[in-house]
Amino acid sequence: MMSRLYLVLKYGTIVLWSMFVVAPFLWALTTSFKTVNGVTSGPTYLPWLQYEPSLSGWTSLFGGTGGIDIVQPYLNSIIVTLGASTISIVLGTLAAYGLSRFTYQLAFAKNSDIVFFFVSQRIMPPVVLGIPFFLMLRFLGLLDSQLGLIVVYIALLLPIAVWVMVDFFNNVPRQLDEMAMLDGCTPLQSFLSVVLPNSLPGIIVAGLFCIIFGWNDFFFAFTLTFTQTQLLPVAIVALNSSVTPWWTLSASALISVTPLVVIAILVERFLSRGHLAGAIR
Amino acid sequence: MALTAEHLNLTIDRIPYLDDLSFTLERGRLHTLIGRTQAGKTTLLRTIAGLQRVDTGRLELDGESFLAKPVWERDVAMVYEQFINYPHLSVLDNVAFPLRRRGFSVDVARERARAVLERVNLRGFEERRPAQLSGGQQQRVALARALARSADVLLLDEPLANLDYKLREQMREELRGLFSDQGGAIVLYTTTEPAEAMMLGDVVLVMHEGRLLQAGRPDDVFDRPATTAVAAVINDPPMNIVSGAIEDGLVRLGGGRSLPVPSHMRGLAPGGYQFGIRAVELELGSDDDVVGTVTFSEVSGSETFLHVETPVGPLVLQVEGVHGFALNAAVPVAINPDRLFVFDPDGRLVAAP
Repeated sequence: MMSRLYLVLKYGTIVLWSMFVVAPFLWALTTSFKTVNGVTSGPTYLPWLQYEPSLSGWTSLFGGTGGIDIVQPYLNSIIVTLGASTISIVLGTLAAYGLSRFTYQLAFAKNSDIVFFFVSQRIMPPVVLGIPFFLMLRFLGLLDSQLGLIVVYIALLLPIAVWVMVDFFNNVPRQLDEMAMLDGCTPLQSFLSVVLPNSLPGIIVAGLFCIIFGWNDFFFAFTLTFTQTQLLPVAIVALNSSVTPWWTLSASALISVTPLVVIAILVERFLSRGHLAGAIR
Repeated sequence: MALTAEHLNLTIDRIPYLDDLSFTLERGRLHTLIGRTQAGKTTLLRTIAGLQRVDTGRLELDGESFLAKPVWERDVAMVYEQFINYPHLSVLDNVAFPLRRRGFSVDVARERARAVLERVNLRGFEERRPAQLSGGQQQRVALARALARSADVLLLDEPLANLDYKLREQMREELRGLFSDQGGAIVLYTTTEPAEAMMLGDVVLVMHEGRLLQAGRPDDVFDRPATTAVAAVINDPPMNIVSGAIEDGLVRLGGGRSLPVPSHMRGLAPGGYQFGIRAVELELGSDDDVVGTVTFSEVSGSETFLHVETPVGPLVLQVEGVHGFALNAAVPVAINPDRLFVFDPDGRLVAAP
C-alpha cells in the first residue's frame, strides 16, 4: 500500500515537473508556425483547427523576408563555443591533475588557495570584466573577431573546467597513479595512459558545463562584437525591433537550444556514477 | 646481492613512522614482515617502492643507491592490501600493462600475461573487466600483474587481509608455490597474522611502532622472541606476560603463587623479572592451581579463547574444542614453569624454554 502511494507520488511529481519544463518549448513550437493573426488571437495550440499554420517563422531565418540570416551567427557560435571549450578542457584537466596530485607553494598560496583563485574568477559579476576585456581586445586588435571571443571565453570557462576536474581527480584513487608509476610510467605517462582513460565521465561533465556556459553567454558576445562576428544570442535579440516577430523569435529560440538538447541526450549515459568501480575495493 | 637499508628514519608530525631501521633482504628469499596495524609496515614498503620519502638513511640494491631513483626507474612490483587494478583495461591487458611499459610487443606481453594468469588460476577470465570479478579474483589479477614482470623486488602489503577466511587459507597455500618460482627476486610480504608470517617466510622481521625488533628464521623468532613486544606480536593470541621474581630458588608470581625454578632458569640471578607464557601452553588445572574468574570467552574455529582474571594477572588460555564458559565462573589455571619465557624488567629475553 505504502509503495503504491510512493509510486503515484513519484510519477505524479515527475509528470508535473515535466509539464512545467516542457510546456514553454511546446508553446514556442506552436508559436513558430503562427503569423500575426495566430499570435494575437488568444491562446491557441492546435494547428489547422485553431489557427492556420505558416512556415514563415522558419523561412525568415534562412533569408526569407522579415527575419535574419541565422547561418553565420550559428557558425560563429559553434566555432567560438567549441574552440574555447576544447582549449579550456585541455588546460583545465592538466591544471586540475597537478592541483590534485602535487603540492604547490606560490608565496603564501597553497593548492587550495590556487583552486579558490580559479573559482573566484566566477564570483565577480561579468559586467565588472566587460570594460577591461573591451580595452584589452581593442589593444590586441581582436574586437569583433572569433579569436577575440575565444580568448575571452577561455578566461570564463577555464575556472569551471578546473573546478569540476579537481573535484573529479580527488575522487580517483591515488593508488591508481602509484600503481602506474610502479609499472614503469613517469607521472605524465601515468596521467595519460591510466588516469585520463578513467576520467572520461569527469571530462564530459566539465565539457558539458563549458559548452552550456559558452553557448548561452550574451553579455560578452554583445559587448565585444559589432557586426562581423555576431553570435547566436545577440542575433536573436537583434530581431526584437518595433514589431516583435514572435514566430521568428520562437523558431530561432528552438533552433538555438537544439544543439544543447542533442548533446545532453548523447552524454546522459556518461553522467551516471560508478565508472571507476573495479579500481579499488 | 641484496637490498640493504641503513638507519632509515621518517617522522611526520612528531610521530616516528620509521625509527632507525636497518636490515638486509636477500635475493631468492621470502621475507615476511609482521607487525600490528600502525607498526610502519606499509610506510616501509612505500619507502622501498619510492612512493614515500624518508628523512634520513640509506637504501641500496646490490650496492647501488635506491633512494635517488624515481619510482618508475626502480624495478619494484607491489600488491596493495586493497585490490587495485586498472578499471579501463581487461584482465589480460591489466597483467600485460607493466610488460608493455617495459618495451615488450603487444603479442609477447599478452602471451606472458596469459601464462601468469594461468598460474594464479584465472584462466578464462582474460577478457573481463576487473569490476566484473569477485574480491579474491581481483586480488589474483593484482598479484598476476606483480608477478608478470619478474621484478627485482616484489612487495606485498597484506595482500590477503581483505579476503574472507576460507579464501585466505587457500591463497596462502598457493602463494608459497608462486613465490618459489620468482627466482632471484627479493620478496617482502607484510602481515598482521603470526601463522601467515611463520608459514610463508624464510625470514621473519618483526616491526613495532616504527622499529625493527627482531629478524631471523621463523622458528628462531618463535622460540626466542627478543622482547616482550615481539612475543606479543608473533603469538595469536598475544603471549601472556606477568610480572614476578626469582627468589630463594622459587619463581614467585603475583598473589603469593610460587613455582619451582625449572632447569632453563637456573643461571638467572635472583631479582624481578617478567614471565611470559603462550596461551596455548596454559591449561585448565585442578583446585590447587591458580584460580581465577572468567571475564570473556570467545570461540575461534575449533578452539576457545578464555580470558581469566587471576591473582597472578590477567591470562588468556587457548583451550582445544568449543566450550561454553559462564561469565565470572571460577576456573583453575595450571602454569607449567617449564614453559615460561623470562624477560628482564625492560622486556628483553633472558631465558627461554
